[in-house]
Amino acid sequence: MSALHIKKGSTSHSAYNLRPNFSDVQERHTITVLVENEPGVLARVIGLFSGRGYNIDSLTVAEVDHTGHLSRITIVTTGTPQVIEQIKAQLGRIVPVHEVTDLTVEGPFVERELAIVKVVSEGDKRVEAMRLAEIFRAKVVDTTLNSFIFELTGAPDKIDAFAELMRPLGLTKIARTGVAALLRGS
Amino acid sequence: MTREMTGAKMVVQALKDQGVDTVFGYPGGAVLPIYDEIFLQNDIRHILVRHEQGAVHAAEGYARSTGKPGVVLVTSGPGATNAVTGLTDALLDSIPLVVLTGQVPTFMIGSDAFQEADTVGITRPCTKHNWLVKDTEKLAETMHEAFHVATAGRPGPVLIDIPKDVQFATGTYQGPKPAASHYQPPVKGDLEAITELVAAMETAKRPIFYTGGGVINSGTGASQLLRELVDATGFPVTSTLMGLGAYPASGKQWLGMLGMHGLYEANMAMHDCDLMINIGARFDDRITGRLDAFSPASTKAHIDIDPSSINKVIRVDIPIVGDVAHVLEDVLKIWKSRGRKTAAAEVAQWQEQIQSWRDVRCLAYTGSEATIKPQYALERLEALTKNHDRYITTEVGQHQMWAAQFLGFEDPNRWMTSGGLGTMGYGTPASIGVQVAHQDALVINVAGEASWLMNMQEMGTAVQYRLPVKQFILNNERLGMVRQWQELLHGERYSHSWSEALPDFVKLAEAFGAKGIMVSDPKDLDDAIMEMIEYDGPVIFDCLVEKHENCFPMIPSGKAHNEMLLGEAETQGVIQSGGAVLV
Ligand SMILES: Cc1ncc(C[n+]2csc(CCOP(=O)(O)OP(=O)(O)O)c2C)c(N)n1
Ligand SMILES: [Mg+2]
Repeated sequence: MSALHIKKGSTSHSAYNLRPNFSDVQERHTITVLVENEPGVLARVIGLFSGRGYNIDSLTVAEVDHTGHLSRITIVTTGTPQVIEQIKAQLGRIVPVHEVTDLTVEGPFVERELAIVKVVSEGDKRVEAMRLAEIFRAKVVDTTLNSFIFELTGAPDKIDAFAELMRPLGLTKIARTGVAALLRGS
Repeated sequence: MTREMTGAKMVVQALKDQGVDTVFGYPGGAVLPIYDEIFLQNDIRHILVRHEQGAVHAAEGYARSTGKPGVVLVTSGPGATNAVTGLTDALLDSIPLVVLTGQVPTFMIGSDAFQEADTVGITRPCTKHNWLVKDTEKLAETMHEAFHVATAGRPGPVLIDIPKDVQFATGTYQGPKPAASHYQPPVKGDLEAITELVAAMETAKRPIFYTGGGVINSGTGASQLLRELVDATGFPVTSTLMGLGAYPASGKQWLGMLGMHGLYEANMAMHDCDLMINIGARFDDRITGRLDAFSPASTKAHIDIDPSSINKVIRVDIPIVGDVAHVLEDVLKIWKSRGRKTAAAEVAQWQEQIQSWRDVRCLAYTGSEATIKPQYALERLEALTKNHDRYITTEVGQHQMWAAQFLGFEDPNRWMTSGGLGTMGYGTPASIGVQVAHQDALVINVAGEASWLMNMQEMGTAVQYRLPVKQFILNNERLGMVRQWQELLHGERYSHSWSEALPDFVKLAEAFGAKGIMVSDPKDLDDAIMEMIEYDGPVIFDCLVEKHENCFPMIPSGKAHNEMLLGEAETQGVIQSGGAVLV
């Protein structure tokens, strides 16, 4: 039996700090969860993520079957492959959860988000904002002499790109819905 | 069967229809209508505890010793918050419980009403599922669903929060409808994976069964199948703290408990095996030690009803999701149909290797004629009680680990201890719950003096209901396990780890109306234990033991299985030769 080399008085070797040597590649996954639309179900899902230290990059929820009282929650998360597997297994354990689908694994899938973006500017900047909005096929849904509100749908990176471009042109506020997603095909 | 009745009556009716015979509870304003209905009937026995935490642990003791769900009834606000520790305990140990809490009337919810607490919010992370029932029409259905969810799949505690107006209002009662729930976790394992496991068993040279609480939870049939499989293959078997009794301690293949304070032979065999068959255990950190050094050369199979247990901390090669009894049945069937093959010659060599580890006699300790060694007290307790119809509960600390090491369990459901949460204060109420379910059995709570004080009010419950529970306190006047860690890991700085101003336990027993026995001389121990056993009533047994005994073997946190400390002598040796203080 080998000798132990723990220093007396040291506190740095609690088993709680140990992590397995699984792959540490961070992956981004889009997961949809079909749940019974009962009170507290969203709190259960969010509580699972915060309680177990998982990331939520985006989360959307709405009832999708009014007669069956089912809601679809779409979650975008990042983690190592083992964490992603744990997230799915843990979601599946929640009693009102009917189905967990990892679109990133089962793909290809369509991913869309809606954003409304307020841009306050005058002169050339205002003209440039309008021109870029056309390129991105953003709609103007409100306007005053020195402001626009644009409405834009697309994948999250398209919205990111739009917001980046608008920032020097007077972007003051942005509201995003988070991602909704479905598998392609039948 | 449908009938009109009040919500309060529905609660009692649903309990009867679910076959409940005992409820552990404590009344208060928000559950008075239900208490009224309990008063008006005689089918369900209500045990009045002294603290709601006690009610939940008692229900856990009842559940673990019977295999049936335990039922708890408490009031809103403080009643519910006092139940939280018990719920968390039951969640971590997968114990089926149905906990009913009163709530302020629906029209007052959210107004910070008297004794209002967001009970479903508070208990969401410490229950398997919970419900707030706002409509009497939904109450019966929810009650039946609660029993289903608590017991189906991986068992766990569930809670139903029932506002007072819902208890008073009238609705239609529905009887239980089997299979009404969408929640139906699969119990059969995948046959392909099971066949893969059988193939691995046929060629394994150094196999081991690593069993856990899942075998107990799967029912007595699962323990039977485990015994058949172990004895037919001749593979050695170890178990977690939670799984003791699934395979008998007197069985030929028994290695003893594994893990942080597990037996040398069990941990060494886990480390060196080439096939690890995990049956209903979860690779807890008290078991694995250092993860990157955990059983490095083995193929790992894992049978578990909960998919989230698989690959959670240890990556396994053969995952099998299913109920232990169902899966073991298929394993046996397939293994037999393929000709009952094992690599017998190599397994015999492996057994020789294991024998050499057994010969280390890792539980040996230095005896004493002057003071009672805690290990000796447990050896004597074992010798004098093992032929009784015996159930053991424990508190948490050194005494708990010594109990696991020195007491032998021949059957499942005989050993109730707080494994996952490590809840001091568990044992006394748990012993009460066990005794309620097994009136004539010998029920012993192996306790430390510090843990015992945490729920000692439940002695009142024991006396009131004439429950002859034996509180076997290994009194070292120390928070012994804390003291041990401070000695080994914190430079012998014993910060707040002693028990001062302890009560006189004999007088305390008498004050409760129980019997007190104190013993400090090893020569008197046997007689004292016999007196405890023979006394027809609850006993507080104050066993004054050696104050500085450490619990060995020990794998310090963060170390590998083969870096186990065997005893004081070894610790000393390392310290002396190393100069720097090594453990
Ligand atoms: C509720 C709770 N608080 C604190 C702890 C931490 N703890 C673990 S063991 C222990 C000491 C237990 O002392 P005692 O019951 O006398 O048992 P001994 O170790 O002396 O046998 C403590 C404080 C715990 N497990 N549970
Ligand atoms: Mg103590």
